[in-house]
Amino acid sequence: MSITISAMTKRFHKTDVLRGIDLDIAPGELVALLGPSGSGKTTLLKIIAGLEWPDAGSLTVNGADWLQLAARDRRVGFVFQHYALFPHMTVRDNLAFGLSVRPRAERPGKAAITARVDELLHFLQIAHLADRYPAQLSGGQRQRVALGRALAIQPRLLLLDEPFGALDAAIRRDLRRWLRGVHEATGSTTIFVTHDQEEAFELADRVVVMGEGRIAQIGHADEIHDHPASPFVARFMGATVELPVTLAQGRALAPGLDLTALPRRALPDGAATLFARPADIRALPDAASPWRVAQVSSTGAELRLILSHPDLPEAEAVMPRRGTAPLRQGDAVALRIEAAALFPASRREAPPAPQSDNPKKEIAR
Amino acid sequence: MSAATRPASPGAKALVAIAATLTILFVAAPLAYIFARAFSQGWQVYMSNILNPMTLHAIWLTSIVALVVVPLNVAFGIAAAWAVARHRFPGRGILVTMIEIPFSISPIIAGICYLLLYGRQGLLGPWLQANDIQVMFALPGIILVTMFVTAPFVAREVLPLMQAQGSEQEQAAVTLGASGWQVFRRVTLPNIKWALLYGTVLCTARAVGEFGGVSVVSGNIRGQTNTLPLHVELLFNDLNAVGAFAAASVLTLIALIALAVKSLLDARRA
Repeated sequence: MSITISAMTKRFHKTDVLRGIDLDIAPGELVALLGPSGSGKTTLLKIIAGLEWPDAGSLTVNGADWLQLAARDRRVGFVFQHYALFPHMTVRDNLAFGLSVRPRAERPGKAAITARVDELLHFLQIAHLADRYPAQLSGGQRQRVALGRALAIQPRLLLLDEPFGALDAAIRRDLRRWLRGVHEATGSTTIFVTHDQEEAFELADRVVVMGEGRIAQIGHADEIHDHPASPFVARFMGATVELPVTLAQGRALAPGLDLTALPRRALPDGAATLFARPADIRALPDAASPWRVAQVSSTGAELRLILSHPDLPEAEAVMPRRGTAPLRQGDAVALRIEAAALFPASRREAPPAPQSDNPKKEIAR
Repeated sequence: MSAATRPASPGAKALVAIAATLTILFVAAPLAYIFARAFSQGWQVYMSNILNPMTLHAIWLTSIVALVVVPLNVAFGIAAAWAVARHRFPGRGILVTMIEIPFSISPIIAGICYLLLYGRQGLLGPWLQANDIQVMFALPGIILVTMFVTAPFVAREVLPLMQAQGSEQEQAAVTLGASGWQVFRRVTLPNIKWALLYGTVLCTARAVGEFGGVSVVSGNIRGQTNTLPLHVELLFNDLNAVGAFAAASVLTLIALIALAVKSLLDARRA
């Protein structure tokens, strides 16, 4: 299934949920739609499934216009966040549902349906649950049944909405590996929605980062991690420390910051904003720096520092405890930034992150 | 319920005693009295009262009304609940309020409205007469008024459930290839089954017992447009107390059966 989405927009009441989506997905690809809640990722998924309709734009699958095709004719496997299993049917009947509602001419015989369901029960390792009702299953088991029900119709395209959202951490990791296996075994094109970066990067071939109804960046884990395309992506990827700097000939400068580790950038001279992860910041004793240690705490392996500045919001640094010079509250420190993203301060921020400490944004609104 | 296992305080015992006394005085005693009076002159007189052609006709007419009204209102209730729970459209809020109107309007006013609309001097009267259609003082009028009065019962039971359950199961069924009818038959209906039955029982009980609205539009023609509740009143006005109580006992029995079914359904739903 090759999928092409172009110039797609969607409004709910007065909110723009999708503001122009262009996306190509190759056959057999496993793609993650990653973004905070309200970024439009679930809406996009539902439009692909035929459960929502866009206001404008096109959705082409293998050359066919899917906006002319009803949901029931698309043969898409859709797994809902809360599974949406049929509570009055056993696991077996849930799995058989998609086959049993086919028009008589296409419907497999009873024996064929039973055989297909048995095969799925084994494939999903839930054969012992066949005669239970959804209410008698754990979250992870329901998830498998929901996936099995979607796979029963041999979908050309598998869509999953926050597939592990309602499960606890250990089961998530297990099911993630297992879902990857299912994807490879069935060879179907798969798209899943998540707000968890780790999940998206570990599982997907390609990650589409969405924010406020737009695609903010498309890429692999390393690309998005090291080279965020916008302040929004940088923040979303954990670069929570934002510092004002001055650019001169591609080098960033600021009092109290040691920025020599950053490579030269092809950016215009002038004001810029630096986005860094706490783990990429080292605090080094420096009596001349305006930065002070406001708080030190240790997890044993790491030191977590809260750093204060007379004119700027507090910053956070996380450093290995061993090999770090002992720091005490009130010490003056320079911040050495090991890696960071830089964006010219004049650049208008497209997608969000409502933070009032960014004056540019306030003006732009 | 921890309260049930705690020993009752004197105050609680007193409250229970008051509740029990009032229930006996205002509910159980009148009910028992109906049967006591109906059978006061023996089984034979009771049966002859029931088998009186006028009473039989009233029972038959009431059954016909219920058989027409209840299925129509079940269909209306499901359709209205589905429209309101699953769709967003202009006037949706007004529709929700409209569904409740019959509960807040006295049935007699409904009857008068129908009379003013379909009666001989009514708005549509001349046209109906010209086409030889008799609505008032005939079966169609009784059915119309009963439908109006009992319209909310099914919708009111089904709607909150459909809203609470959301549409994800139905959407799942659609993506699996189910047609609209298959979605309704195999996913929606099983989910609302108990609420639907519950609403149907309430609707039936009310359709059988409706008096005020029907008394305006029926014309009380004995053996023709006299439903069971109207017949009870007629017999009572005729000073035929035993006959009135015999007919009333039939109504009461229907009500008790409806109540038993309703309690059973309550237990199933809990």
